[in-house]
Amino acid sequence: MIKAVPKPLEEIIGRVQDSNKVLIAGCDGCVTVCEAGGMKEAKILASALRLYYTQAGKQAQVDETSLTRQCEKEYLAQLSDKIDGYDAVVSLACGVGVQYLAEMYDNKIVYPGVDTCFLGVNEERGLYSERCQACGKCILADTGGVCPIARCSKRMLNGPCGGSEAGKCEINPDIPCGWQLIYERLKTLGQLDRFEKPVEPKDWKTSRDGGPRKIVREDLRI
Amino acid sequence: MTTTPSKLQKMIASGNFAVTSEVGPPRSADGQVIEHKAKLIKDYVDAINVTDNQTSVCRLCSLAACIKLKLMGLEPVLQMVTRDRNRIALQSDILGAASFGINNILCLTGDHQHFGDHANCANVFDLDSTQLAMTVRMMRDEGKLLGGHEFEVRPQMFIGAAANPFAGPNVELRAARLGKKVAAGVQFVQTQCIYNMDTFKTFMKICVDRGLTEKCAILAGITPMKNVGMARYMQKRVPGIDVPDAIIKRMAGVPKEKQAEEGINLAVEQIEELKEVPGIKGFHIMAIEWEEKVPEIVERTGLYPRPQLNGG
Repeated sequence: MIKAVPKPLEEIIGRVQDSNKVLIAGCDGCVTVCEAGGMKEAKILASALRLYYTQAGKQAQVDETSLTRQCEKEYLAQLSDKIDGYDAVVSLACGVGVQYLAEMYDNKIVYPGVDTCFLGVNEERGLYSERCQACGKCILADTGGVCPIARCSKRMLNGPCGGSEAGKCEINPDIPCGWQLIYERLKTLGQLDRFEKPVEPKDWKTSRDGGPRKIVREDLRI
Repeated sequence: MTTTPSKLQKMIASGNFAVTSEVGPPRSADGQVIEHKAKLIKDYVDAINVTDNQTSVCRLCSLAACIKLKLMGLEPVLQMVTRDRNRIALQSDILGAASFGINNILCLTGDHQHFGDHANCANVFDLDSTQLAMTVRMMRDEGKLLGGHEFEVRPQMFIGAAANPFAGPNVELRAARLGKKVAAGVQFVQTQCIYNMDTFKTFMKICVDRGLTEKCAILAGITPMKNVGMARYMQKRVPGIDVPDAIIKRMAGVPKEKQAEEGINLAVEQIEELKEVPGIKGFHIMAIEWEEKVPEIVERTGLYPRPQLNGG
């Protein structure tokens, strides 16, 4: 899932301090799971902003809501009858949701309330880590199910580099060396021969390098 | 193995131990630094590596410095990392280097920018070191760019890479990875600096058993320690370097003013010991900001004068 963290309150206040009516829009999708932007966080942020306005001696109304998903028009449409009543919306969805909301209500000021970080897993509550960079051409079948693009700091396809030490990455002893994980998994699977074959330069066209991406699934389109 | 006009390749082929060293370019536009450092070592080595923004610290570029060495009549080894340039820029620089008659390249991925003076920059890593070697081989042997364009005048590069027997997870994988680089076209490697002889000898044995030493010349990396502080720093802080406690103890066991001399003694002993290790084809002496000590090390190990080969 997409992982995000709440933006610092001061940063959000800096954006909305002159607004009189603010809507905090949470998202029930990924950001709810990582506890950055669901209904609970929308309520917490709304309370904090109300406190700010009161202490600053300002008259302002802050309301909160949360949508099933902000990356779909059908759910964003639920805001259509009330959004005009607000000066600004703080969206707690990931960057996708923030943009889609702004795209749908193009005369409305929309501020992001979270920093969108990566596609990752919940290792534990409050501990999330990256697993995929959405390169558009999955190679996990050849790498023991561990992605070197997401998990090697140098996205090497023929790792590990010479800085790998005691199973850790050279940039941070808290980060496992992705290539050591690949090596160990291939060993467990009896597929070490895969490691021996040099991997050719990758075609990055399907990744971000090909420009903004689009999927057209004719089989699904009516 | 493809033969190139590289003098380093000729020296290796002659059966003599090859000797290389390196110069690190300055963090300024002062090209005289390159000349000065090169003059200190030029009569004692067969080829001179020029580092490419090593430890991710921005410096005068490796290509320009190599051209300078070439114009001085010396034999440069162009170090090239894939961290900062995509395949367009890398291939372009290789063509440019070849147009000046640069015949040696060392294909590296490079340290992560996290270590350097521009930790907030974007990195590239379009290719990795192995893929860069494949690319150079394709350019040289097929006269072709990765994009498919074919051309007549090909870069005549002796293809090198690094090997670190001491990095994780184990020495078997490190030898396997060298095998991968050799399969990608690598003809010589310069190893990480060696302090743990036991691990290095195990690595060499695996390389010999795998037949890698037949296809690829292994030059043993030697870095003299200036003092016990440097030894401790390398042991604790530099990823991928294995400094056994015995070496720390030895360096700490002599008075401060004698430690530099002890570091040189240690380097000399290491070379003498490594000469006997099957598969070693030469030495790469990385005297970091201590280039003036290279001649002494080369002389004391009987590697001076450098053999003069035909056409060399």
